[in-house]
Amino acid sequence: MKNYHGGVILAIDSSAGASVAVLDQGRVLAQWRTSETTDHAEVLAAAVAETMRQAGVDGGGLGGVVVGVGPGPFTGLRVGLALAHALAEVWQVPLHGLCSLDSLAHRAVTQSPAGDPAGDSASDPAGDHLGGPVEAGVEFLAVSDARRREVYWARYRSRAAAGPDHAASAELVDGPHVSAASELPDLPAVGIGAGLYPEALKARSAMEASWLPDAVELGQIAQTPGPARLREPLPLYLRESDAKVPAQVRPRTAAS
Amino acid sequence: MTALSTLPTPRKSGQSLPQAPLVLGIETSCDETGIGIVRGTELLANTVSSSMEEHARFGGVIPEIAARAHLEAFVPTLRQALDTAGIQLKDVDAIAVTAGPGLAGALMVGLSAAKGLALAAGKPLYGVNHLVAHVGVGLLESSSPMTELPENTGALLVSGGHTEILRVVSLTSQVQLLGSTIDDAAGEAFDKTARLLGLGYPGGPAIAAAAAHGDPTAFRFPRGLTMPKFEGSAQAPGKHRHNWSFSGLKTAVARAVEQFESAGLEVPVHDIAASFQEAVVDVLTSKAVRAAREHGIHTLLLGGGVAANQRLRELLTERCAAAEIELRIPPVSLCTDNGAMVAALGAQLVAAGVEPSGMEIPADSSQPVQRISV
Ligand SMILES: [Zn+2]
Repeated sequence: MKNYHGGVILAIDSSAGASVAVLDQGRVLAQWRTSETTDHAEVLAAAVAETMRQAGVDGGGLGGVVVGVGPGPFTGLRVGLALAHALAEVWQVPLHGLCSLDSLAHRAVTQSPAGDPAGDSASDPAGDHLGGPVEAGVEFLAVSDARRREVYWARYRSRAAAGPDHAASAELVDGPHVSAASELPDLPAVGIGAGLYPEALKARSAMEASWLPDAVELGQIAQTPGPARLREPLPLYLRESDAKVPAQVRPRTAAS
Repeated sequence: MTALSTLPTPRKSGQSLPQAPLVLGIETSCDETGIGIVRGTELLANTVSSSMEEHARFGGVIPEIAARAHLEAFVPTLRQALDTAGIQLKDVDAIAVTAGPGLAGALMVGLSAAKGLALAAGKPLYGVNHLVAHVGVGLLESSSPMTELPENTGALLVSGGHTEILRVVSLTSQVQLLGSTIDDAAGEAFDKTARLLGLGYPGGPAIAAAAAHGDPTAFRFPRGLTMPKFEGSAQAPGKHRHNWSFSGLKTAVARAVEQFESAGLEVPVHDIAASFQEAVVDVLTSKAVRAAREHGIHTLLLGGGVAANQRLRELLTERCAAAEIELRIPPVSLCTDNGAMVAALGAQLVAAGVEPSGMEIPADSSQPVQRISV
């Protein structure tokens, strides 16, 4: 699969909070987000409608839909995926998935706060609290909340911008995985998972330890020239369904 | 809104409502991903993708497995339904979806997908009640298509997720719950008992098959909530006159099995299965028919997956005939959970001019039967 070149795309992520963005060649036309984790099924569809309206585009004008495939809590994650599948099916546009942790990694190397259309952290007052872009060649972790005292995580390496018109990028080295925070490699970390387990993880900065995956960066990654990061639009569950075969289900040998 | 009359649904002046709306219905409340398409009361497509086999080794529906399966099945099932009906989504008048009751995570997949379809195609969305949809399917019977349910219709719904008797004053505006199970659903009792007897999953067909070789009078298993203190009289009904309970029955079966095992005897699986089935079917039908009689119900519709049980059909037919109640049993493919029933109810709501649901409607895992649409 190739990344998107040009055109307007809709990006959706529901792997932690939920977010929606409409982008044109990496430029954000409209965006929406919530840090609520439990009401995706109620709010997300209306948020897509409103974000599309604000961006002034309709489904027919889209070049594609990209959706965060997690990892993330299953129920909320599926809400975004089910919505994206239905939208792309009706609009007859391509649908691709992206690992939601890629969003955190992208933000760490570009330090563009989600939603800053200029993609320029210098103009952001919160920039003071950031650790600065991850230097080229340096490895780091993107970590989100997996609940049950575990985190979803992946290991990335920062790559320098290929030229003046390009942005720095984050290359996936390992993952995604789900583990206890104490089992992760000893590397600087970004994402809410780092904020939840400060004793086990070394956050790059307080601000970066509060980050949630976001549709803005998923859209930007999808429209970045270079190696494709697009995936099948199916959830990265990383965990089994937890179902246990009940003790009573056992073959009865007694003849009947 | 008043009860449906025998005349076509009255229209408000200046409003033009489609007589036979083309509606796509989506059902994901349990383990079936169902998409159905109807035009009024005409069935155009009823496509179902089931995750039943994936639940078999657990002996019951695992909500997370069901929810995962719904997401993967949704688009293929949708495409097949549209293809079967020979229509495109842009042709439909509305999209209907089960909003509840059911498994929360499973409901949310269908609801979110339905919102996506409605949003992308610019169609009104109706979030509907799963139980009432089971009744709505009665309109689709191909042999005698009706445009409305007869007056004083009741419904006995029996499945792995629910067990209810309803009185339907108006399919689109007034449905009453007369009675329901206070613990396990009847289908659940079949599953659990099949598990106990080592008969496999789903329990309904497994028990029925074993029961065919057994003696239904071999064991006298309890009929739950039939003691006078629970039932009262027609004039002074007890609290559980029209309710069921299957947990005591399940315990009695477990005890019987234990007794044989601890005595080192072979468990008489066929006789236990037959006696268990008889106990379920006896109490289901006797209470349902009495509730119908005492509430002036002249037509009773059977719905839910357990409607496939031959002994239930037999005894219910017999007892309805004795009580002079007309019994209607839709084909099994329309009794089990499916999207056509959701579409059928949706079409009635559209034709009655009921307001569509908003984009923010939640999945309601315990949606009461009185909330026909949300
Ligand atoms: Zn059902």
